[in-house]
Amino acid sequence: MSPMEFYLPIVWAVLIAAAVGLYVILDGFDLGIGILFPFTRKEEERDTMINTIAPFWDGNETWLILGGGGLWVAFPAAYSIIMPANYLPVIVMLLALIFRGVSFEFRGVAKPKHGAWDIAFTAGSTIAAFAQGVILGSLIQGITVVDNKFAGGAFDWLTPFSLMCGVGLVLGYALLGATWLIARTEGEIEARARGHARMLMLAVLVFVGVVSLWTPLGFERIQERWFSTPSIYFLWILPAVTLLVAFGAWRWLASGAVAKPFFATIALFLLCFIGLAISTFPYLVPPTLTIWDAAAVPDSQIFSLIGVLLMLPIILGYTVFVYWTFLRHGKVVVGSEGYH
Amino acid sequence: MELDAVMLARMQFAFTIAFHIIFPSFTIGLSAWIATLLVIWRRTGKDHYRDLAKFWTKIFAVSFGMGVVSGIVMSYEFGTNWSHFSLVVGNVVGPLIGYEVLTAFFLEATFLGILLFGWNRFPPGLHVLAACFVAVGTLFSAFWILSANSWMQYPTGHAIENGIAVPADWLAVVFSPTFPLRFFHMVFAAYITTAFVVIATGARYLLAGTHKAHAMTMLKMGLGLAVVLVPLQILVGDASGDDVLRYQPAKLAAIEAKWEAGTEGPVPLVLFAIPSDEEERNYFEISVPRLASIIVTKSWDGGFEGLKDFAVDDRPPVLLPFFAFRIMVGLGVIMLGLAFWGGISWGRGNLGKSRLYLRLASWSWPIGFLAVLSGWVVAEVGRQPWLATGILRTVDAASPISAAQVATTLVLFVIVYGIVFSAGLIYINRLINKGPGPATMEPPDGVPNRPLTGATGAEAETGTEATAGG
Ligand code: HDD
Ligand code: HEM
Ligand code: HEM
Repeated sequence: MSPMEFYLPIVWAVLIAAAVGLYVILDGFDLGIGILFPFTRKEEERDTMINTIAPFWDGNETWLILGGGGLWVAFPAAYSIIMPANYLPVIVMLLALIFRGVSFEFRGVAKPKHGAWDIAFTAGSTIAAFAQGVILGSLIQGITVVDNKFAGGAFDWLTPFSLMCGVGLVLGYALLGATWLIARTEGEIEARARGHARMLMLAVLVFVGVVSLWTPLGFERIQERWFSTPSIYFLWILPAVTLLVAFGAWRWLASGAVAKPFFATIALFLLCFIGLAISTFPYLVPPTLTIWDAAAVPDSQIFSLIGVLLMLPIILGYTVFVYWTFLRHGKVVVGSEGYH
Repeated sequence: MELDAVMLARMQFAFTIAFHIIFPSFTIGLSAWIATLLVIWRRTGKDHYRDLAKFWTKIFAVSFGMGVVSGIVMSYEFGTNWSHFSLVVGNVVGPLIGYEVLTAFFLEATFLGILLFGWNRFPPGLHVLAACFVAVGTLFSAFWILSANSWMQYPTGHAIENGIAVPADWLAVVFSPTFPLRFFHMVFAAYITTAFVVIATGARYLLAGTHKAHAMTMLKMGLGLAVVLVPLQILVGDASGDDVLRYQPAKLAAIEAKWEAGTEGPVPLVLFAIPSDEEERNYFEISVPRLASIIVTKSWDGGFEGLKDFAVDDRPPVLLPFFAFRIMVGLGVIMLGLAFWGGISWGRGNLGKSRLYLRLASWSWPIGFLAVLSGWVVAEVGRQPWLATGILRTVDAASPISAAQVATTLVLFVIVYGIVFSAGLIYINRLINKGPGPATMEPPDGVPNRPLTGATGAEAETGTEATAGG
């Protein structure tokens, strides 16, 4: 293997992980708003909740395209196995995202008869989150591959473990959504979001705990990764930091801090993400294909990498600019003109 | 034709892409139209244009939303339904889609927020800039996806290693020979499609006697574009035919329903026929002698290959490309008629006086969409049996999944798209019925009415527009 062939896949793995991570955080709070939607019945509160994300959701969702597209660009062999293996959950996720996405505009135009689109928004958000969790779970548990092709059945992804990951992600996104609302709204919505966030925080911690025990106990390769020497000497830091962050978030939720709970939740997500990466690296399609087995030819990876290096700073730049443009106007007030 | 997994996957792809392309055809043109209106508004200071832009932005928001969600489906479908395609040509086509995400999708999606929600909040300059970014983003998007498609039509700049296509010369990959014309043909198609929606909307208001000033602007700007672009489009389309002759002769034979082998001319133009793939002949053929020679080869007795020159396994189906092509060209001719009729009466100073013209124009809104769909059927069905010509056949490209799975999701797609599409159509119609905002119903030309839009206008809008993307 030439140095190119060794390092390029690592660079791409990091890039894709970053794209997926950004997606999970950014669209995570959007989807979380949808998940929390049924917990208020007041019309203007629902409008306000949607107004906090309406200008951003589309850009946020684009990271999903970059994540999926990036996987195809850099690791075609992995893409061509993971997608058919998760055929039904992926399509269900896409259909759910359709309902979620069109609801933003449809419910506005349909007013005052927009009840159906409120349901579509909630159901779409919740199902999309659940499906993403299931896909994640099915990746962790591994895919049947023969001859570099998916060789499993239609419901291989359906296991108690993947279903649990689905529920866990729904709760996690709801937590992101709740802490986003704390940061972006006032009065009753904020107060309720604080209450939700505390319950969700506990639930999410339970799920993180269960996954952290289940994966090493259930999957030998993950057990080796975590509990063999020397990795165990420094890997214990990760759970410790996680607990510390959770504790801080809990305190901030109680103390009335505005933005800190949101950032603490993001930190929690990132820590879990790193944990997952440690569990699976260097496999892209556990337990058969590593990032090197699945990589595109260096020519293709380099050509795309040039685009990423040129464009990613620009994209991040204008994304931050657009967020700043909206956020600097302060919190979204109930019954205000919102962003219109 | 049995309903195996591949056939179902083809039906699913055809259905989802046909649904998707409806929205780009409209949003590429509409974003440019909105940006133009905003630029004119900044230049002239006439709020008339701003109100028009605001009105169309609401329609744009609904259409764009549907375009985005159906587009995400497309990008994942390569993996879910065509995993072997993803593997075999992923090294070449993947990066093109990657560039589309990086250069186009983020730009569109991010600045969309400012375009939709920035009306009274942000400096007008920033708002206009956002509109331009969105419009340019849609063009970048068309650039890359059409580059990918053109490469699949006639691949260049690659090598085959272990059965997998790898890049050899990126410039030749991105600018494969059929790409330039396909790009212009599609972008013109999108602008023309939008022009006729705008014309139809203007005509509809004039017939109803509402929003007169705005309606006249729509009619004039729409016609202005159509008068220029429709003739150009026909020229570009004719040149595309030359591309097809040169690079995809089997597709051309299918378009012309020419069965006889050999390249001796002259070839008659088949105006109508029912081609039969099984019997390798046409029924009920009506043709004009020599005309195909003249149109295709630009000579009195030129010839081109017929379907029998190709092995049965290498021939595309004939019926669909044949009819779809005639529908596209027929619609193009109708567009030409509508554009010139309107243009001439405009020149004579009686535009909008003929109720017959207004009625016809008000029916013309679907015409561009139908032409675009027919055009793509020509291009894609005519490419069969190949997915990437000479590299990968469609039958070999599908995912290793059961027909039952594909059938299930196909049914789901049809149901979901049915609901979403009907709702979208109803809501767009509702927005059009409401018309441009009440703030500037009938502005006497040139008189600025800022106080109205600033205060009452904004008040009146908050109630109805919350989250509508006003
Ligand atoms: C000629 C133009 C054109 C064509 C042939 C296609 N698209 Fe498209 N697509 C666009 C033009 C466009 C656009 C103008 O950029 C969109 C349309 C919806 C929208 O309104 O933006 C878009 C949106 C869009 C999105 C969402 C982008 C976002 O979040 O902003 C994705 C992922 C795709 N498309 C993917 C595809 C794929 C995989 C296609 C082929 C199989 C495809 N599109 C054909
Ligand atoms: C946007 C307008 C497009 C339309 C309306 C369209 C239409 C179609 C249709 C009708 C088919 C089915 C042909 C058949 O099976 O006989 C098809 C197939 C296909 N097209 Fe396109 N196409 C479009 C653009 C694209 C683009 C841009 C790409 C790729 C970059 C693409 C890739 C494919 C693939 C992968 C198939 C599957 C093979 C198959 O179904 O036969 N298409 N398309
Ligand atoms: C009236 C004269 C026209 C001619 C001679 C013509 C010719 C063609 C040809 C030969 C193709 C096939 C290209 C290929 O497969 O590589 C094509 C495709 C297409 N046409 Fe037309 N066309 C005409 C009008 C129109 C109009 C008015 C529209 C829409 C407003 C349109 C939209 C399309 C689209 C979207 C495609 C598919 C994309 C492509 O392959 O270029 N065409 N046309």
